[in-house]
Amino acid sequence: MTAAILETRALHKNYGALTVAQNINFTLEPGTFEALIGPNGAGKSTFVNLLTGLVPPTSGTVILDGADVTAEPIEARVKRGLVRTFQINTLFNSLTVAENVILALDEHRGQGWRPLPSPSRRRRIREEAYDILGRLGLEPWGNREVKELPYGRQRLVEIAIALALRPKVLLLDEPAAGIPSTETGTIIEVLENLASDLAVLIIEHDMDLVFRFAQRITVLVQGAVLARGTPDEIANNDEVKAVYLGEGIHA
Amino acid sequence: MARTERVKSMSATYNAASGTGVSTPSTWRGLAMGRSGSDLVIASLLVLAGLATLLFGEPYWLLGAQVAITMIFALSVDLLVGFAGIVTLGHAVFFGLGAYTVGIASVHLGWTEPLSGLLLAGASAGLLGLGTGVLVLRTKGLGQLMLTMAFASLVYEIANRAKPVTGGADGLQGVIVAPIFGLFDFDIFGLTAFLYTLAVLGIVVLFAVLMTRSPYGRSLVGIRENRVRMQAIGTNVQQRLLSIYVVSAALAGVAGALLAQTSQFVGLNALHFGLSGEVLIIVALGGAGRLWGALLGAVVFSLFKDRLSALDPAYWYFWLGLLLAVIVLFAPKGLIGLVDRLMAALHPKEAQ
Repeated sequence: MTAAILETRALHKNYGALTVAQNINFTLEPGTFEALIGPNGAGKSTFVNLLTGLVPPTSGTVILDGADVTAEPIEARVKRGLVRTFQINTLFNSLTVAENVILALDEHRGQGWRPLPSPSRRRRIREEAYDILGRLGLEPWGNREVKELPYGRQRLVEIAIALALRPKVLLLDEPAAGIPSTETGTIIEVLENLASDLAVLIIEHDMDLVFRFAQRITVLVQGAVLARGTPDEIANNDEVKAVYLGEGIHA
Repeated sequence: MARTERVKSMSATYNAASGTGVSTPSTWRGLAMGRSGSDLVIASLLVLAGLATLLFGEPYWLLGAQVAITMIFALSVDLLVGFAGIVTLGHAVFFGLGAYTVGIASVHLGWTEPLSGLLLAGASAGLLGLGTGVLVLRTKGLGQLMLTMAFASLVYEIANRAKPVTGGADGLQGVIVAPIFGLFDFDIFGLTAFLYTLAVLGIVVLFAVLMTRSPYGRSLVGIRENRVRMQAIGTNVQQRLLSIYVVSAALAGVAGALLAQTSQFVGLNALHFGLSGEVLIIVALGGAGRLWGALLGAVVFSLFKDRLSALDPAYWYFWLGLLLAVIVLFAPKGLIGLVDRLMAALHPKEAQ
């Protein structure tokens, strides 16, 4: 087993008497596709926010690529390769699709402070942006403002931005949320073609999607890890079944 | 006509290069880099107006210098408000500080060299921007408005009370300015003043245009559009905003310094709340976030103010209010929005 790229040790968060994350120990190795599931209010979002740095933990540590990043702000963790997509589209709505990706490319290259334009550089980075858009089938939309796109396409722009940041760890927060199931095909294709050394943690309600891709599944309930294992193990776990009773978990 | 042809062919090659033949010609419209047609039209008109004033408008040279100063001031606010999305109702504090820096340096320290005076004014305003920006940028929206207003009022009252240094309500009289490069003295017709402010305006506009097209400038638009996302792509948003706050403050300081140098006087008006409001109105009138909109707004506003206050000294604010109401109601995107629509009407294909 390779060394974990992302690890949490006894990660804990409580707001007074309300505990939202209970001593979570978690590891994610490069090249693995892991799913985080759990009923509403189980603390999935809190866990993601603890990982990205949006919320500081009460105790415990987050280790990213060998470094303790618990005290680091969001942007520093992004620079180390921890990249997320958002459950609700969080995009530059009045910029074009290509511009959305180019902004990410520029920041990733540390060009964000560059106060002078360079047309030749610009052309290169544009090509690169269209490269990424091409992989997601967004090429024809490159020149359109994001807000002109149908919601499903906007979901893909979320992923395009994330890919532009060359992540080591990719947190996908319900990538298929809000898309009719008939249109999840592109998302599935995209997930299939992610780089093989990338570590992916997907939070998803669509169990078809989860069981199709996940090599490992972590089940969160009331802020604590209830079970962790392969899809088969999880599907046959009685405790998990009890939690999901009526929600139809199936492999 | 030749110009619009060029714009067309430019956007055509742009699309060809990207390999997409899709709808809109402008590649950067969302980042205020497109609609270059309107920008070119306004830029050409402004250059022509400047040249015409220079050649045939001798009585208007001093007014021209004032308009150019207002343009620089408006530009500094547009960078902040229009691009980075920071609101301010206290930007006169930097304008006024720039003016007082030059005035005090001249009257009390004998520092009369104009160009170094500009730099000194820019530096002191930038420094104040750094100090107040750290606090202002902790807040958003109304909080920002309040804080910027509060700092401006504080400095205004300090200037009012520090009579031995600032001249208080009487203002700082007798600001002496040495000839530019030791050669060009400020004459009573205002030719030197006019050319001098135009030159500084040219440099500032060039700087602003390049900056807004740079990765840095676009990152500011990114922050305005979606702060959370900007942070999620690895940007230290707070640092980025503070930097533009300082730059904007410094530019406002330079504008104020030019006013002190060309009018050889500094009054409390340069720090007044009314000026902070006026410059915000100018940016809204012209169209925020487009640079050329703010520049056009500054010209239109200044000329209206000058003409109206001459025609109707007592009630000119009424006519100004009427103008603004009409613009806001019928051209919500400002004067540059009107130019956009005009261009679209002339080139229906390009307007998708």
